[in-house]
This record gives sequence, C-alpha cells and structure tokens, in this order.
Amino acid sequence: MSAIQPPAETVWWKQPLDKVEGTWIAIALVWSLFMFIMMPLWHIYGKQNLSNEAYRTTPQAFLAKTQAMVDEFTVRTETAANMPVVRPPPGSDVYILGRLWQWWPILELEKGQSYRLHISSMDWQHGFSLQPVNINTQILPGYEMVMTVTPDTSVEQTIICNEFCGLGHHNMTGKIYVVEGGP
Amino acid sequence: MNKELFRTCPESGLQFHKPAETLMRTNAVLAVVILLFGGITALLVTLTRWPAVHLLEASQFYQVLTLHGVNMLIFWMITFEIAVLYFCSSTLLKCRLATPRIAWLGFALMLIGIVVNNAAVLNGDASVMMTSYVPMPANPNFYLGLILFAVGALLGCFVFLGTLIIAKEEKTYEGSIPLVTFGALTACIIAIFTIASGAVILIPTYLWSIGYINNIDAAMYRLVWWALGHSSQQINVAAHVSVWYAIAAIVFGARPLSEKVSRTAFFLYIAFLQIASAHHLLVDPGLSSEWKIFNTSYAMYLAVLASMVHGLTVPGSIEVAQRAKGLTNGLFEWLRKAPWGNPVFSGMFLSLIGFGFIGGISGVVMGTEQINIIIHNTIYVPGHFHATVVIGSTLAFMSLTYFLIPVLFRKQVMLPGLAKIQPYLFGIGMMVFTMAMMGAGTLGVQRRHWDMAFTDAMIGFDYPASAYTFMGVVGISGVAAILGGAAYVLVTVLSVFFGKPVGSESSFGFTTSTLTRAEPVVMPEGGHEAAGKWGFAAPGTFLLAMFFLVIFVLYYAVNWKYLASVWPIS
Repeated sequence: MSAIQPPAETVWWKQPLDKVEGTWIAIALVWSLFMFIMMPLWHIYGKQNLSNEAYRTTPQAFLAKTQAMVDEFTVRTETAANMPVVRPPPGSDVYILGRLWQWWPILELEKGQSYRLHISSMDWQHGFSLQPVNINTQILPGYEMVMTVTPDTSVEQTIICNEFCGLGHHNMTGKIYVVEGGP
Repeated sequence: MNKELFRTCPESGLQFHKPAETLMRTNAVLAVVILLFGGITALLVTLTRWPAVHLLEASQFYQVLTLHGVNMLIFWMITFEIAVLYFCSSTLLKCRLATPRIAWLGFALMLIGIVVNNAAVLNGDASVMMTSYVPMPANPNFYLGLILFAVGALLGCFVFLGTLIIAKEEKTYEGSIPLVTFGALTACIIAIFTIASGAVILIPTYLWSIGYINNIDAAMYRLVWWALGHSSQQINVAAHVSVWYAIAAIVFGARPLSEKVSRTAFFLYIAFLQIASAHHLLVDPGLSSEWKIFNTSYAMYLAVLASMVHGLTVPGSIEVAQRAKGLTNGLFEWLRKAPWGNPVFSGMFLSLIGFGFIGGISGVVMGTEQINIIIHNTIYVPGHFHATVVIGSTLAFMSLTYFLIPVLFRKQVMLPGLAKIQPYLFGIGMMVFTMAMMGAGTLGVQRRHWDMAFTDAMIGFDYPASAYTFMGVVGISGVAAILGGAAYVLVTVLSVFFGKPVGSESSFGFTTSTLTRAEPVVMPEGGHEAAGKWGFAAPGTFLLAMFFLVIFVLYYAVNWKYLASVWPIS
C-alpha cells in the first residue's frame, strides 16, 4: 500500500528494517552524536565561548557604572556629538551601553590584553555586532552581559546594531579601537 | 453514512466529503491570496536590499518587512496547512469531516485575525517585525490579530483530531492511519503546542500594550515567543515532509520503505523539534551553556536524525518504485527517467534537495552554540530559513497544488508550459538567493537593516566589495524567484477560476492522468532489495545521502575553522 493508504500489514512495526535504512540510520546517529559532543569539547579546548555570566540590572545602575568609567578614563572626544573615547587599563571592567540609536562610549583597547566587557541596553532590545571581526550577541534591557574579550587583531572595529530597534536602527553604530600596547 | 455527501474522484479514486471539500478549497484560496500579498511585499523588500536599487524609504522598508514576515511565515503557511489537515483526515480516511460549522468558525477567526493584524501594520504604528520584541511597542491590534488567527487555527486542529476519532469509530479504514495522515497528525500536535505557547506570550503582551500590565521581561518574552516562532516552522516541516510522502505515493505509487522507520522519525519530531526555540537564544544573556547545548541540539540532534531519515526514505521509496517498474540500469536511471516535466514531481524533488542541502545543513551549523556567535542576526539567518520555509515548505505546497487543481477543484491546470517551468524558476531562484544571503551574512551583513552603506550614521562602516556583490545576487535571484512565485499564483488563479473542467475534451491543460500514476507498485519477487544493488533496495539514494553527508561534514568543519579565527572570548 502506498503512503496515502493504511499500511497493508496491520502489524507493521514488526516488519524488518531495510538494509539501506539501517545503515543510514547508524551513520546519521554517529554524526549526530559527534556534533553534540563538539559543543562541550569546544568549551574545554576552544577559545570562543560566551561566558554564562549575566546580571539583572536597571538602565540607571548600568548608566552610572558606565559614566564612572567614562569620567575616569576618557582620553579624547570624537565625532560631531563629542563621543568620549575611553582607554581603560588592561584587565579592567569596561562598559558599553546601547540606546536609541548609538553605542556609547567608544573604547580604545590594547591588542593582546583581556578586558571584562559589560554590555546592556538602556531601552529596547539591541544586537551587538562587532565588524569586521564578526562577533554577535543579543543585548537586552534589564540584563547585564559580561564576557572576557582579548582583541588579537589591531583592526578598528565598528559596532553595528543587528536587532531591529525602530526607525534609526540602521544608524546605530559605535566603535572599538584596538591599539598596540605602550606607555 | 450519507452517501450523497461524498463524491469520488474518477481519476485518482480519492473520496471527498462535500462540506470538507468546500472548506479545503476556501482555505487553499485564502492561502494563495495571502501568498500573493506576501509576494508583493517580498518584491519590495528584495528591491530595497539590492544595493543598486535601494527602492523604499527606511520607514516604509521596516513596515513592508513586517508585513512580509507575518503574512508569509504565519498566515500563508498555517492557512494552507489547515487545508492539508482536512485533506489528510477527511479525504485520505474517506471520512466525514467533524463539525464543519466549527471549522467555518475557525476559518472566520483566522480571516478576521489576518485583517486586524495587517491593518495595524498598514496603519503605520506596528512596524515591529514578526517577532515584535518587547519593550518596543506596537498597536494592540497587532497582537490581537495574531491571537484571533491562532484561536481559529486551533479550532482547525481540533476539527482534524475530531475527524480522526470519527474515522476510527465509524471504521472508515482498516488497521492504522496512512503514513501521510500520521505526518499530518505530527504537524497538528506541534501546532497545538505552538499555539498554546503563542497564547502564553501574546495575551500578556496584548494586555501590556493596552496598559493593563506594566512590564514584560525581555528575556522571558524571547524564550516563550520562540516556542511560537520556531515551532510554527516545525509545523511546516512536518507538513511538507508529509506532502513529500504523499507526492511520492501519488506520482509513483511509491510505498514507504518501512512504516516503522518513517513513523518513528515523525515521532522524534513530536518529541524533540520544539525545544529548538533555543536556536534564537544562543547568544542571549541569562541562559546557561548546558541549557543551550541540550536544547539547541534537540537533545543530541535527534530531530536532525529524523530529518536525515526522511531525506533518505522519501527518495528511497521513489527509487524502489521506479526500479520495480524496470528502471534498473545503473545507479540513477530511476532518477534520470523521473517525470521532470511534471510540476508535482519536480517541485517536490527540488523542495527535498533545497531543504536538505541548503536549509538543513545551514540550520544545524548556525544552531551550534558557539558557531552562532559569528552568525546571529546576520542576513545568514533569513538565508537559512528561506531555504527551509520557502524551498522546503512553500515549494512542496506549490507542487501539491498542481495535483489538487484537477482532483480537488475539478479543473485542468491552465498554462501547462508555464506550470512546467515554474518549480525550476522558483526553486533554483530561491537556491541562489539563499546561498547568496548566507555568503553576505558570513561577511557580517545584517538582517532587518535598511542601509548597509551607513550613509547617515555618525560612525560608518565599509563592507568589502564582495558583500555588495552577494547582495546584488540576492536582488537578482530574488526577483527571479518572485517571478516564479507569480507564475504559480497566475496558473493557480487562472485554473481554479477560469479553467476548463476536468473531463471536457481538451488538450490544453494537465489533468490528473498526466500528473499521476496512482496505482501502487507491485513488488518484484524477493522484495525490495531484489531490484537494487549491494543488498540495498535504493543504492542510488544511498549514494546521494553519502554525498549529502560529505558536504555536511565539510561545511561544519569550515565554520568551526572560521570561528577559531575570531577574537578569543570567554
């Protein structure tokens, strides 16, 4: 009987497996298990894993922490809006906030150094997309995401918003400079 | 049983319950109208993302993109699927449809929901994309329309389940339900889970939008919303795999290689497909890696395993049927001599290839916890789901339509020449389109973004020239695919409303007999394997499956290598 009619054998579940099906199921199962194991293995041996570190926060609290970093470590301002460029010490906690429609402030990081990067949103959901290195995460209001990043290329990076956030979404950008270490 | 309420299709032998037939026709016609509207929005979106054209203004673009997403991903798919559910229960089980009046109530609610939701977006204050992520606000009618539609679809699911019960009670079939009905039941169960999740999140969001609730947590919203958003696409998968089996049976008289394997694979869908809402949350704050890994992999890729099984058993059953008819030369005579000019078959086969090779592989790769870091929210993502939903589901539904026009609507398929090339224009256009999108996404081009040149941004960014080339290819191939979609709508509308009835003397259109070979295949002595090679009943299909696996493994490895090149993150 064909697939649009009831099975000819009423006890169809005792029908033996075709060799072609059995072989393929075995191969596909091995591949599936391999792909499953790859993810925990990458947590052990790979270098690109998001941390599980995140906190509940509020826009006010996160803005205060970001403002404190900006007040202490601003080295210059850029763009028509006088955006602060902040150069915090290597190994420190650094902050970027997303709001309609900018990433604030601009960071200047040293190549090869690690930083604890905190990101949150002041208003709606945003997407943190660092280009051209191509690192993408989701940024939510009320949640502070923390990840340790180690810039290993000294190309200037642009932050693009890649979660739709209204009319100015395509203009929501920011910047991270990566510079060679020095005094 | 009142015999007068039934008619038997003389060519296909299928038996239609007249109230069910009217419902199927009406749902299918509404679906095609939505597809037409969705297609117009598709053209506008494509012409805006094609950098050399950049047609719409930003606000229009986001509005049209919202319309495109909601109408295509939710309204077109589910409306057509309700017709498929009625077909797979009432028609395949030769049974009266349960409570046609409730089915009409469901249809009315769906129609009202579609109108209310679209009106809200057209009004201009609900350009929030299909996902409507809180706390970005939309006109309350946006959510209300979705809720009404969902309630209507839920009624359709219950009518389907009720029909299964009646068929069993009235013994309209012997033994177990057909495999295709089993697949439709899978789709129905997933649909009920999906709609329940939608209610859990959209009702509070509606109350929030009218000011009754003051806060919806963004992370909670995403978790529950995607149990609607992703699972609704799993309804499509279960439905279009059922359609593949149905078409293999209709065109070739193919029978499943084994009922046990195919049904178990459908059962794996029920058990594991829905947890893949985690695919959308892999780079979200507040969820642990353990949670992400278990859920994103459908618990060790058991639902992927199920799709890989269907990917073998559907063409495998066709190969066995063709070999039984004597097409036994070499490994691929059965495929070479398949009816490539029959759009019922060609559309289904392109759907199978595109869904597996493009949609399936890319979905697993980008659904890998860490690899998602280089893909999340880039245009790679719509590249992936256009391969699953458009090539997989929509093209399968299109090819089924060419069978339904003579059988359900009793009309000849008009413009047979155009119908013949339509699946190729649409399918191959979409294949190029989706792969070009993935290419651009790999270079960091964003989805849902009006201006990849950042003309008005205070801080700009220059994508490499190759990214613009990819987006140009997206534009050209997108327009080609949309022409293929327009050809489908044209053929369908002309045939259904202006076509010659089946049975009248005419060499003008396709009829059932040119589209189908419904008699089941007689197996040769010695069973399946006798006509195959190496003890395999379907050696050609097995070789194709191994080719698929090689591509899969290579592409998977390439993406890990790419991930390893980005900044260390911990």
